Amino acid sequence: MTTDQRVKGGIGESTIRPDGVAKLQGDFAFLNDLFAEGMLHGATLRSPYAKARIVRLDIAPALAMPGVHAVLTHDDVPGDKTFGLVDADQPVLAHEITNYWGEPVAIVAADDPETARRAVAAIDVEFEELEPLIDSEEAVAAGEVFREMDLRSGDQELRGEVVVEGYYETAMQDQAPLGTEAGLAIPDGEGGVDLYAPTQWVHADHEQILPCLGLEPDQLRVHPGGLGGAFGSREDISLQIHACLLALRTGRPVKFHYDRGESFIGHVHRHPSRMWYRHEADAEGNLVRVEAKLILDGGAYASTTGPVLANATYFAVGPYKVPSVAIHGFGTRTNNPPCGAMRGFGAVQSCFGSEAQMDKLAAALEMDPMELRRKNMLVQGDHMPTSGQRFDRPLPTDKVIEELLAMPLPPALDSDDPRHLPGGTGLTTERSSVKRGVGYALGLKNLMFSEGFDDSTEVRMILNPAGAEIHAASVECGQGMINAMQQVGRTVLGLSHVAWVFDDTSLIGSAGSTSASRQTPMTGGAVYAACVGLRDKVLEQWDGDDLSDDGVHKDGELVATLDQVCADGPVEFLATYRHPPTSPPDENFHGDVHVDFGIAGHRAVVDVDEELGLVRVISVDTVQDVGKVLNPTSVVGQMEGGTMQGVGLAVMEEIVLRDGKMLNANFTDYLLPTFLDAPTVDMVLLEEEGGFGPFGAKGIAESPTISSTPAIVAAIRNATGKPLTRVPVRPEDIVGL
Amino acid sequence: MDLSLKINGEDRHASVTGSESLLTVLREYLALPGSKPACEQGECGSCTVILDGEAVCSCLVMAADAEGSVVTTVEGLSDESSLHPVQEAMLEAGGVQCGFCTPGFVVAAAHLFEENPSPSSDEIREELSGNICRCTGYGAILRGLEALAEENA
Amino acid sequence: MQATLPRDLDEALQALDADPSAKLLAGGTDLMVEVNLGGYRPDSVVALRRVEALREFDAKRIGSGATYRRLEQGPHKALAELRRTVGSPQIRNAGTIGGNLGTASPAGDALPFLAALDAEIELASVAGTRTMRWDEFITGVKKNACQPNEIITAAILPEDVPDRQAFAKIGVRNAMVISTVSACLFRAEDGTTTIALGSVAPTPLRPRRAEAMISAEAHPSEAARAEFARLVSEEVMPITDHRSTEAYRRHASGVLARRLLERCL
Repeated sequence: MTTDQRVKGGIGESTIRPDGVAKLQGDFAFLNDLFAEGMLHGATLRSPYAKARIVRLDIAPALAMPGVHAVLTHDDVPGDKTFGLVDADQPVLAHEITNYWGEPVAIVAADDPETARRAVAAIDVEFEELEPLIDSEEAVAAGEVFREMDLRSGDQELRGEVVVEGYYETAMQDQAPLGTEAGLAIPDGEGGVDLYAPTQWVHADHEQILPCLGLEPDQLRVHPGGLGGAFGSREDISLQIHACLLALRTGRPVKFHYDRGESFIGHVHRHPSRMWYRHEADAEGNLVRVEAKLILDGGAYASTTGPVLANATYFAVGPYKVPSVAIHGFGTRTNNPPCGAMRGFGAVQSCFGSEAQMDKLAAALEMDPMELRRKNMLVQGDHMPTSGQRFDRPLPTDKVIEELLAMPLPPALDSDDPRHLPGGTGLTTERSSVKRGVGYALGLKNLMFSEGFDDSTEVRMILNPAGAEIHAASVECGQGMINAMQQVGRTVLGLSHVAWVFDDTSLIGSAGSTSASRQTPMTGGAVYAACVGLRDKVLEQWDGDDLSDDGVHKDGELVATLDQVCADGPVEFLATYRHPPTSPPDENFHGDVHVDFGIAGHRAVVDVDEELGLVRVISVDTVQDVGKVLNPTSVVGQMEGGTMQGVGLAVMEEIVLRDGKMLNANFTDYLLPTFLDAPTVDMVLLEEEGGFGPFGAKGIAESPTISSTPAIVAAIRNATGKPLTRVPVRPEDIVGL
Repeated sequence: MDLSLKINGEDRHASVTGSESLLTVLREYLALPGSKPACEQGECGSCTVILDGEAVCSCLVMAADAEGSVVTTVEGLSDESSLHPVQEAMLEAGGVQCGFCTPGFVVAAAHLFEENPSPSSDEIREELSGNICRCTGYGAILRGLEALAEENA
Repeated sequence: MQATLPRDLDEALQALDADPSAKLLAGGTDLMVEVNLGGYRPDSVVALRRVEALREFDAKRIGSGATYRRLEQGPHKALAELRRTVGSPQIRNAGTIGGNLGTASPAGDALPFLAALDAEIELASVAGTRTMRWDEFITGVKKNACQPNEIITAAILPEDVPDRQAFAKIGVRNAMVISTVSACLFRAEDGTTTIALGSVAPTPLRPRRAEAMISAEAHPSEAARAEFARLVSEEVMPITDHRSTEAYRRHASGVLARRLLERCL
């Protein structure tokens, strides 16, 4: 790790995040804290069935209520009736048929939230419940698929001597950001609207909302707002179009704020998966062939099921060389709640299956599981066994394995304090009932967007006498992007004062999504380019050779103060950053579809009360290539937080569905890990050169969530000897009931 | 019903019409939005306030039942010139990411440190087990509060 | 909404007598969830937080308004153990034993303790007080025998509470969790053993055959302890829901019973 010494607050320092104090004092304005004079409150009528026909929908009783200003249905959508991030297949408001439990049918604006809630209840609606399609295998059989990928690589006749097969499942996980969806739409009085949106990508919101409203592009401005986390849940539209429709209809600001239950149904989830694997190796443990069938259930509407399935498929064999591959992936359309982006984006699912298979294969070969991985690992210069793409940049799989094995193990259990035992303060478990297990997993994932997407980020740097400003539409979800971008700005410009300014969609071009491990390289790349451009412009204008807080220098002498430099107004430089292009896959799903990769490994240590099936995750240690650490504290925070979401999927997090309806859309029964569930996370950060983000930095936030889950389950298997083929692992799975 | 409460040392008055929570009154009627609604069923701690000396979820306090009570919210723990030691500790350690759970953590931790200025790591973990953080994995929060406990020891 | 904030029990009873439709509000940890998420809007409430007499407790009598936080210093080990598992620290600062009884959820954390002790539940109205045994009081899932004009005032424990006692609760995470199975066991000097389990039947369950069998064993052998576990597993009547399965709850009931017994030998 190196620190820029030239300027305070540059890269490599753990600078304090600029929004930290406000957040600690309760002063930070989250979207649901927003207020506008005269604002109305929105509420949504949702379908109570997984599939239903709307037999009757009479809004008159709601509209007649005092304090109710508008009630809108499908017929009131002035423009396109559907929207979607990839395919516009989702109705703004359901028409005739509802396709999932909780699908919006009508929206209300009223004086206060209570009146809005009552108005929703007053809408006279009758549904005829229809038979839903909820089984993803049946969906495949019925041809109900958003995307199918039949990917074959290498000689399909190759066979190995040692064969292991397995069937694996991962449950539907919720991103569960602490802040629920909220937003505010303010009409501009001239037919247009400003929207403060719960989004990770304001320009994609703009693109989806606009056609539904039937407005001209400059009549809609989407502003980034204070998010309370996202983790993929805010890539898709939730309340955005509804708020705008009501604001335009009533001529008044309209605010929506989902409660936790509505949040669960109001955003997409991690796709539940079913995976059938067959691994074949020669007697020495060289992988020969991997066959898999993967079914990821996309639920009722497409969202990002296509790209999620692509990730699951491309990374279905993990970071290993396999000469013969046949992966058949399906992203299904059912009447389950829609699924889309969540941290790890498809790689999580297939990593769980393939890493379990690697352990199973190692057992069949009587080999050490990490030795098997080392023997087959992919490194720089190798080709992806699936897409065939060559790894042109460093892929330090060898170092990940080496460092992971070298990390010291946590001490043996030597406490009778229940806080150190499975079952915690429930006092279920004595130390004598505890078995310890250790498990490993490696995870490989693409960074940034793939398959030929033209991905760009625009940043405008503005120099004024007080310092520089970064203007961009990049969304801060909480991960610390702004902090890191300011550090990049300070280091490149040599200025200590670099401020961040959010621009809305009318002021600047797209920054792309704050997702896919992409803002560090993408907005970072644009900040870097814009700062270099700005600096060069100023130095050229004043014939200087250096810029610092007092102004432009030449040969150590001050030639112009910042006041002089900005005498005719602020100096600007606009940069658009694009990463090296990728290609769409060919008909066999081969090609240079990814731009860069992240590699990481996890080692989990668990204590298990086998008789009761209770687990305490002791440690989840990790090694990851992060390219270059821009802010150590932020990097550690992403690694620990991402790992914890992997802990959640491993042992507790699951949206339980019955007949397409959620049984636990609340925090009483959708369990997130608490402080007493948190393992220690020690880490080794590899800084391999070759990342093309600023100063070689890589996007880092997804890898911690990918191999953590399989490592934990491997550790539980190690402790118990149970097969454990599904996550989350439930107590009854460990007991074997 | 007209309510009189002492909030952050000031006499405050609000009018409630129904069974709304103290959290709603703080946020919507009294312009104290620091306490956060994240689950509204007492399962996340984001709305933690000190009510008559006890840390409680303000979403589970019926505002009408808070009549005459003394309440401390996150807004009452610091001023423009200085942060509460718990806030300093969390800021320094990187215990803040999205920030939505942060006010509840700050209040619960401030209450813990008031009762026990130098809690052990296990005590910190148990006493804050009613505060869910989805971003940090708790590591940075723990490091910050451990450092503060050490300082106070 | 009408809110009455009585300062003593008489005032509370009179308010309730004047308006028996009023909803009683104690810690609010159940009621407010219904308000916040279930759309429940009571027309009137009688809030009991200020009634000091209800908050008192000693070894024989636990006032219904005693919060779990206050029971930390409680008179009985099992009570202190169970209160540590109730919700979160914030919930324990508000939630009360009376609330657990009033809600009468199968998962009420305090209920196995009261059931294993055959506690009497005391109810008061303007007409006077009456007591009834816990199993007459809790009549079904979230149902109890409290009349609209009555207030649960206390749980009354028997004279002789065995010192040897233990509580345990299983949940899928290590803190702040609804029980999938809970159990509380007492063993007297003469071997008499009582155990009650939560979340395994509509109301707290006393496996009477298992109790009788193990009470007869002065020094239970490993085989006797296993038989006790088997009988408990047989006698519980759990269901499968989104929190767990019938089979797991049945199995875990036996394991917990055996472990609690072993802690009390």
